[in-house]
Amino acid sequence: MYKYDNYDQTIVNERVAQFRDQTERFLAGKLTEEEFRPLRLMNGLYVQRHAPMLRVAIPYGLLSSKQLRMLAHISRKYDKSYAHFSTRQNLQYNWPALESVPDILADLATVEMHAIQTSGNDIRNTTSDQFAGIAEDELEDPRPYCEIIRQWSTFHPEFSYLPRKFKIAVSGAEHDRVAVQVHDIGLYLVKNDNGEIGFKVIVGGGLGRTPFIGPCIRPFLEKQDLLSYLEAVLRVYNRYGRRDNMFKARIKILVNELGKEEFARQVEEEWLHIKDGVMKLDQKEIDRVKAFFTAPDYDQSAADDTSFESAKESNKDFSNWAIRNLFPHKVAGYKAVVVSLKAPDIPPGDVTDKQMDHIADLADEYSYGELVATHDQNVVLPNVKQADLFALWEKLDAQNLATPNIGLLTDMICCPGLDFCALANAGSIPIAKQINNKFNDIDYLHDIGDIKIKMSGCMNACGHHHVGHIGILGVDKKGEEFYQLTLGGSAENDASLGDRLGPGFAKEEVANVIGKILDVYVEQRQEDEPFLETYRRIGIKPFKESVYASN
Amino acid sequence: MQVIKNKEVINDDWQLIREIENDAPVPEGKLIVPLAYWQANRDELLNKKSEHAVWIDGDIETEALVDDLEYFSIIALDFPAFKDGRSYSHASLLKNRYNYTGDLRAIGDVLRDQLFYMHRCGIDSYAVREDKDIEDALNSLNDFSVRYQAAADDALPIYRQR
Repeated sequence: MYKYDNYDQTIVNERVAQFRDQTERFLAGKLTEEEFRPLRLMNGLYVQRHAPMLRVAIPYGLLSSKQLRMLAHISRKYDKSYAHFSTRQNLQYNWPALESVPDILADLATVEMHAIQTSGNDIRNTTSDQFAGIAEDELEDPRPYCEIIRQWSTFHPEFSYLPRKFKIAVSGAEHDRVAVQVHDIGLYLVKNDNGEIGFKVIVGGGLGRTPFIGPCIRPFLEKQDLLSYLEAVLRVYNRYGRRDNMFKARIKILVNELGKEEFARQVEEEWLHIKDGVMKLDQKEIDRVKAFFTAPDYDQSAADDTSFESAKESNKDFSNWAIRNLFPHKVAGYKAVVVSLKAPDIPPGDVTDKQMDHIADLADEYSYGELVATHDQNVVLPNVKQADLFALWEKLDAQNLATPNIGLLTDMICCPGLDFCALANAGSIPIAKQINNKFNDIDYLHDIGDIKIKMSGCMNACGHHHVGHIGILGVDKKGEEFYQLTLGGSAENDASLGDRLGPGFAKEEVANVIGKILDVYVEQRQEDEPFLETYRRIGIKPFKESVYASN
Repeated sequence: MQVIKNKEVINDDWQLIREIENDAPVPEGKLIVPLAYWQANRDELLNKKSEHAVWIDGDIETEALVDDLEYFSIIALDFPAFKDGRSYSHASLLKNRYNYTGDLRAIGDVLRDQLFYMHRCGIDSYAVREDKDIEDALNSLNDFSVRYQAAADDALPIYRQR
């Protein structure tokens, strides 16, 4: 993984000093709340329903075991001994005291971490594929480009007071696991007709109140032009993005109002001015950053192991876990292991200090000391020998980290909702609990198979409900929590926004309604057809009829 | 007006005219006038005065000034609210693309914690908001000793030094 040099470390250290000074000035009354607000947000510090919330950046999700131990330590020392993984591969603390945040940042800096631009109207943490570097379907590892983007975007002087937040995602694989098309800028590594690898550029996707699947504005961009092109997009947005209405300030609105062709034309015009200047990326720099993401020294005889197969045959629980929580690895005899943070009894994505310490130990023991936070709010150990899987599973299971549900109904994406968030209109975590209580039969869950439930407690859509196969949106209806469902959304290669099922439901009905939706699916599916395909084949009508007829 | 320039607080004899009717007679003194006033009274201003300055806000296209850059001792960029970042792009364009060599000045909601970014985009002088301590604001220009990107203050990205 990327390792800081003196320059990187200096920037992070100086940021700690700067934020300490800003916090002191705020506490001394020299900065008003209004003046301090954007400054603390640019350091990921929110003031929430009960307490501040601090969001720590995990660039493209990649963590070392040492960093995870520090995150555990911080949760013990400054918070309530747990933390929460977000859908953008970051980590959130829900209870830090404002006064202690500079100390937390200082602790983070000792392990090459920070909270820079994890909120605010600036360029946020660039996200990527949790299986980057090991996936069989990968064209090229996207992480070096994410790191190059991270450095370019950190304290970018021109783009730190944008009309609104700005999120970039990069995918290097055939299968889009990073929701590229619902980002402000989404990049796919692609090969052109000459066999060269570059980027397909999507701009103006997004969720929130006005969801859009982003259009492609450039089918192929050469690698050396990456930063100059991003700079051109950002400059057009900074100059012309709407600032009169916060709800219309994202780049998706600008792209939509101008039209894709006109927006692309303005970007190209701007880009022509800068593409051959100082923004042109040196191959030398690409190679330098790439050298940080080399493969570990794999055991070439790993595939000789036979214990994995026999363990699956003799242990049903292990076999269930192996079916759902392992991901194929490009090296024979290795697997990527998804550590489930979706145990039935905990809020999705939450992890305790002890669990963090354990995962760090297991990463050291079994996966070269590295791990990855996922978009789906789980954690991946990317390089595990199959001979080690049974022992690893037993250790994970002992820590409530081996729920065999990855990609299943209970592997929900869920925002913090009314329990923590100041913006929320309705609870998300209690609905997750309700769903877990109703659907607790592992054989049933495995039979239903791949399905993505995504849940947001308000229309800001942090839980990405628009792109859930089943999306759940919590709303406030005359002081009562109500839930609207959408069906058929997807954030993958075939991205689509879900269709609204119909009138919303009272809180206690949500899991039952999902049960009815699944009954229709089970009745109508053909052979191994997954939920989304059945939905796309038969449409919303049968689901509507079933859900509302019996109401 | 009192501004930070070249890392010190100075008083210069320029005066900012926030608002003036386009048909109003040309006032005396060294004035930073709205761009619209300059455009309406260009010939008269050029005749009467030896030094010129205008101010613009985010709504104005930088391209509207380009033909007249040689006349301006100062171009003031307005920050109606410090969160309105359009003038950062104005500054970058004027300095880097249009090679403006005069004084780029930040006016309006100009606060300590944004000066570092303004400096990097090529702004030369800072009229810190009057109720704030301008001496205190000076400190922020040294917040960071390392910068990742190429910008108006550093011609090269840091990686070229690695």
